[in-house]
Amino acid sequence: MKQLTIISGKGGTGKTTITAAFAALAQNKVMADGDVDAADLHLILNPDINKEEEFYGGRAPVMDKSKCDECGICIDVCRFDAIHDYIIDPISCEGCALCVHACPNDAIEMEEHLSGHWFISDTRFGPMVYAKLGIAEENSGKLVTLVRNQARLIGEEDGKDLIIIDGPPGIGCPVIAAITGVNLVLVVTEPTLSGIHDLERVLGVAKHFNIPGMVCINKYDINLENARKIKDYCKDNNIEVIGEIPFNTTITRAMVAGKTIVEFDPGIITDILKDMWKKVEMRLEDGVKE
Amino acid sequence: MIISVASGKGGTGKTTIATSLALALKDVQYMDCDVEEPNGHIFLKPEIEERISVGIQVPEVDESKCTYCGECSKVCEFNAIVVIKEKVLFFPELCHGCGACSYICPVDAVDEVKREIGIIEKGKSGNAEFVHALLNIGEPMAPPLIRKEKELMDSGRTVIIDSSPGTSCPVVEAVKGSDFCLLVTEPTPFGLNDLKLAVEMVIKLNIPLGVVVNCSDIGDRKVWQYCENVNVPILMEIPMDRKIAEAYSKGVPLIEEVPEYISKFHDLYYKIENRVREKKK
Repeated sequence: MKQLTIISGKGGTGKTTITAAFAALAQNKVMADGDVDAADLHLILNPDINKEEEFYGGRAPVMDKSKCDECGICIDVCRFDAIHDYIIDPISCEGCALCVHACPNDAIEMEEHLSGHWFISDTRFGPMVYAKLGIAEENSGKLVTLVRNQARLIGEEDGKDLIIIDGPPGIGCPVIAAITGVNLVLVVTEPTLSGIHDLERVLGVAKHFNIPGMVCINKYDINLENARKIKDYCKDNNIEVIGEIPFNTTITRAMVAGKTIVEFDPGIITDILKDMWKKVEMRLEDGVKE
Repeated sequence: MIISVASGKGGTGKTTIATSLALALKDVQYMDCDVEEPNGHIFLKPEIEERISVGIQVPEVDESKCTYCGECSKVCEFNAIVVIKEKVLFFPELCHGCGACSYICPVDAVDEVKREIGIIEKGKSGNAEFVHALLNIGEPMAPPLIRKEKELMDSGRTVIIDSSPGTSCPVVEAVKGSDFCLLVTEPTPFGLNDLKLAVEMVIKLNIPLGVVVNCSDIGDRKVWQYCENVNVPILMEIPMDRKIAEAYSKGVPLIEEVPEYISKFHDLYYKIENRVREKKK
């Protein structure tokens, strides 16, 4: 079973729109939403949830005030400035438990901490696994890994050929969790200076983890000179640019209608996406490591 | 006053708003806390005057003292240090730099050394002070770098914090402690869904907030309905304009491309100031 992750570096370049189109085009696959703190793919794929599970992302300290004699040791040892007046601030706390070990009165204990939910669902394009991280919670990388593992289990059970993962923006822990060990990443970029800057950084991360990448340029006609720069950059780095999508209103209208572009408008944008998908499929079939 | 700019959904215009607000107000400190993909410098074109390497304290085990008792491995909540027979394995990307291993070690075999995770760059852009930080490629953890960056905050000035998209730890780290949070959205299903998550996050942090609707004439009207229902004010609307998108693509700030927006950003600031004052009462 192969795995493909769609990432971007910069947010809002069109990852989810393209992932949803691929969901409509690909055969025999499982979908996974690897953006767990602002998941959007379900808004288009409109899943029926079969199973909802709790996600315990880590442990958090809980203080028993009756045992605390306010010696101040916990406050001194905490490197995250998370304890004030013997109250632990869950927002600042990293969950390292140093306060627990340092407390001479055993007044602090670690407790499992509910930090989100994850879902196994059916969509009109096959099974999808996605998650919702709790508000202001940590450990999004761990939840991304969990979503991917669940998608893999479903894929193995049902004999699927592919997992398509909608990735998060950025280059940090959830992105690393979304791309580790996949066969291919598709980076969706835009011809803006910000887009180019972020593209180079996120391709750097893919390279760091030894994952082959392809690129597509969304809204390419907003700045043809920058689109050219992206193509030159990719050529120099031996990365294939598999498609260029023009600036258009179809994408927003399809989103409002809750449909993939492929379903909403079988016009030029769909043709481009189909062509892109064909190139991804070919690359997955022969060009990348298993 | 500290104003943070966040969004939930990416690409809605955080940096456009944050940089134009900084330019309109002039004597401010602009702080780009999107350390994974910072873009503010593209628009503010700062002269960098200082670079600071940022690291976290990670363990270094002196194996001549180590008895392989495994206490360090037992206390590490992040599985960053593991003792197998007569060997100590350390996984730097997992380490949060909390110091528990060195604290607990009964034979003082764990020293701490700095491991670089990113750099901070400081400089000037016109009258504004500019600060941003860059997480090293392959590093997973942004919050420690954001924390260090925010130590450079100049509380004597108006500070404008540009955050990363999403609602998890790096965003919380960037937004927390601010006097007001501006959430930038677009009126689409993705924009609305992620705005709701961002509003919940800001409410949890107990920070007053307002919304900027970018590309306000695309999509549908559900963002307005939602904001009315939850009583969150919409402080500014920017209609879709290809000219603005093209200027953005070249790194030209909104208020330079469309100078009529200068007064709108001043209005935005006054509205924020009033709301912060009300809250303080």
